[in-house]
Amino acid sequence: MNFEFSDEQNLLREQAQRFLVEQSPLSAVRAVLDDPDTPFDADVWRGLVELGWTGVSIPEQYGGVGLGYLELCVLAEELGRSLAATPYASSVYLATEALLQFGSEAQKESWLPRLAAGEVVGTLALAEGRGRPRPETLQCRYAQGSLSGDKLPVPDGEVADLAIVVAVDGPGVSMYLTELTGAGVSRSAIPGIDPTRSQAQVSFSGAAAELLGKDGSGMTQLETLFNRAAVLYAFEQSGGAQAALEMARKYAMGRYAFGRSIASFQAIKHKLADMYIASTLAHSNCYYAAWALSTDAPELPLAAATARVSAIRAFHECSKENIQTHGGMGFTWEFDCQMYYRRAKALSVNLGSPASWEDRLVTALENDAALEA
Amino acid sequence: MNFDDTPQEAEFRAEARAFLSANATLKADASPRDETEAEYIIRAKAWQKLKADNSWACINYPKEFGGRGATPMETIIWGQEEANYDVPVQPFAIGLGMCGPVMMMYASEEHKQARMPRMVEGVDIWCQLFSEPGAGSDLANLRTRCERDGDDWIINGQKIWTSGAHYCDWGILVTRSDPTVPKHKGLTFFFLDMKSPGIEIRPIRQISGDANFNEVYFSDVRIPDSQRLGEVGDGWKVSLTTLMNERLAVGTAAGADVPHLLDLARRMDIDGEPAINNPAVREKLARWHCERAGLRNTRYRVMSALSQGKTPGPENSITKVVSAAKLQDVSCFGIDLMDMGGVMLGRDGQELLDGKLFHGSFLGAPGMRIAGGTDEILRNIIAERVLGLPQDVRVDKGIPFNEVEQGSG
Ligand SMILES: Cc1cc2nc3c(=O)[nH]c(=O)nc-3n(C[C@H](O)[C@H](O)[C@H](O)COP(=O)(O)OP(=O)(O)OC[C@H]3O[C@@H](n4cnc5c(N)ncnc54)[C@H](O)[C@@H]3O)c2cc1C
Repeated sequence: MNFEFSDEQNLLREQAQRFLVEQSPLSAVRAVLDDPDTPFDADVWRGLVELGWTGVSIPEQYGGVGLGYLELCVLAEELGRSLAATPYASSVYLATEALLQFGSEAQKESWLPRLAAGEVVGTLALAEGRGRPRPETLQCRYAQGSLSGDKLPVPDGEVADLAIVVAVDGPGVSMYLTELTGAGVSRSAIPGIDPTRSQAQVSFSGAAAELLGKDGSGMTQLETLFNRAAVLYAFEQSGGAQAALEMARKYAMGRYAFGRSIASFQAIKHKLADMYIASTLAHSNCYYAAWALSTDAPELPLAAATARVSAIRAFHECSKENIQTHGGMGFTWEFDCQMYYRRAKALSVNLGSPASWEDRLVTALENDAALEA
Repeated sequence: MNFDDTPQEAEFRAEARAFLSANATLKADASPRDETEAEYIIRAKAWQKLKADNSWACINYPKEFGGRGATPMETIIWGQEEANYDVPVQPFAIGLGMCGPVMMMYASEEHKQARMPRMVEGVDIWCQLFSEPGAGSDLANLRTRCERDGDDWIINGQKIWTSGAHYCDWGILVTRSDPTVPKHKGLTFFFLDMKSPGIEIRPIRQISGDANFNEVYFSDVRIPDSQRLGEVGDGWKVSLTTLMNERLAVGTAAGADVPHLLDLARRMDIDGEPAINNPAVREKLARWHCERAGLRNTRYRVMSALSQGKTPGPENSITKVVSAAKLQDVSCFGIDLMDMGGVMLGRDGQELLDGKLFHGSFLGAPGMRIAGGTDEILRNIIAERVLGLPQDVRVDKGIPFNEVEQGSG
């Protein structure tokens, strides 16, 4: 049995940590938070493109590095730990993944090399305001080669060049590829809970688009895409949870009250122990999901939902209790606690609400006729 | 990443399975039993004997004590395989898991030769006489006295919560030899014959109504000095060896779990709909599945490290805290799902099976949260040993035992 990342993968992790510690310290994330006109950290993005991270999951024939999903999981965890402000998740976990899974040969040839090279940023345009998107509620339409309707929030929608749009076409729902820089597209940034993950409204009025995957298969493709992306989001969340716990631990050790370190108060010790428990459960579930993703195992739907639900919980728990551990300082703009708290919330709904994932998890459990002991 | 056994592991697993399938029934094929505790013990002893005759009794022990010197990975594989079968192993868990290792480490050659084979072959069952009315989490606060008398020690005092004492033949015992020094320093450790004159065993009924543990009273009980384990005053060090083994031995709490709840939720209905379709039910199932899978996947990480000859990380420290609380919550919710009928144990068939499982787990779970280190003590351990936070302030530190304030509890 080998349930560990390999030595090479761990080298990649070290390289990633070095890069992120130097290029994307929390002060860099904060710079994006502080400036409403900066949607992401362009230097960090350029740096990670140069390192080849945007091409990790893309085969060499399409200009990628041709590593694999375990490597992508490693990077996701480190990006999550650092809170780096980049459109990586939208571009890599969603747009690139959708092209890899459903793209025609021509679509892959035309887009994957540019995504790998970081020339193009991609995203997924699904939501249309509040509430869980369903085929009956979608208003965005496709007809005769073009899209019309509003999508919001679209993660990184303001900076992306390419979008996978989920739209209705007569009776069915399908995925479409469209360029966001072309005619018939207008977009505007919308304020969000985590300004280091920008959100936009994207409005289509006759924007040229082409089908991605099968006509009428939009919802099943979405299911596939979400199962894969959920694993990567979960790794980001798990990395974030670990970082928030570590921040709380460090602060508690150094902060004194009543003549002793607050880390010696049992209420604080047990709080940190609970954060460790939540984060360990999530981390272990991520490992299993990484295995399922990298081997295309039939367990993927259950493994992905399990990783996602426990990672949502762990990051929320760790980020909110990190603030509590800091006392009044934790509540200030100046302290970095807020960045974990904001990111945890943004990631918890970005890919569909916690409840929607709990629902998927139980559906997968029900389908899993032979429950493992 | 893969979950495959190495060729050696696969071979070992096949060997284990061959023995088990030839000699036991799979849990899945077994029918529920109705037997007394005495009948259960007889069956357990027979199973232990059969295993011993075939070198499966305690595979992690060295060969000279009936083991195979198995690797941690082989021990886990055997445990996984044996757990699939309907076999009675529980009475030997404390003896083989905690008493055996301490005997092998500290007992004289002569005593090892006399006692170990009987333990391994299931002739003798062993118990652990540690906790006292005034010493549970704070075990070192114990006050059962030992006093030297020639070649013997005379024991007076009381132990409590001793699992299995009423059917046990031998026990390990920690006592106070010197009350004038700080609590950890004045302890001395022994093993003893549970049939020794002066021992009185009184069963304690637990919440479920069963009586699996006992009060054990000592009035002038004599133990030969040769049965002392470790030096006089070194009892704490010896106890720690067994407590470490206990933390390894106390694994996942058995009982009602997610698959049972899922199955029940399909059969129960809420307002004419299967309960499984109710969002509140789904939310809970999802949460508990995350814990269950998280523990399993944590175990995989530990196994992976062992399989590759590495030292596992501290992740496993979360196992008992998570699984005991889950057992309580899952069984509680299972009863809730039965609505007004949840109070009933059930008449027969599936109804009775459900009742036994969910009532039984509900009534057993509080004990799981206490035995082998309470939830709170385990959180202290995670905080201190894993996260490196400071130890609790100890108001009794450095104070002689007989000057430390004792409460009324
Ligand atoms: C089913 C079962 C089987 C058992 N079998 C055996 C056996 O075979 N042999 C044996 O020797 N013992 C056995 N025990 C005893 C068990 O080890 C003790 O019950 C346990 O260690 C707790 O001690 P206590 O009961 O004295 O509770 P206490 O230590 O008095 O604890 C009471 C409460 O105070 C809390 N508390 C205590 N100290 C702290 C602290 N430092 N920080 C925070 N909270 C604290 C506890 O968590 C608990 O909630 C068994 C117990 C059970 C339930």
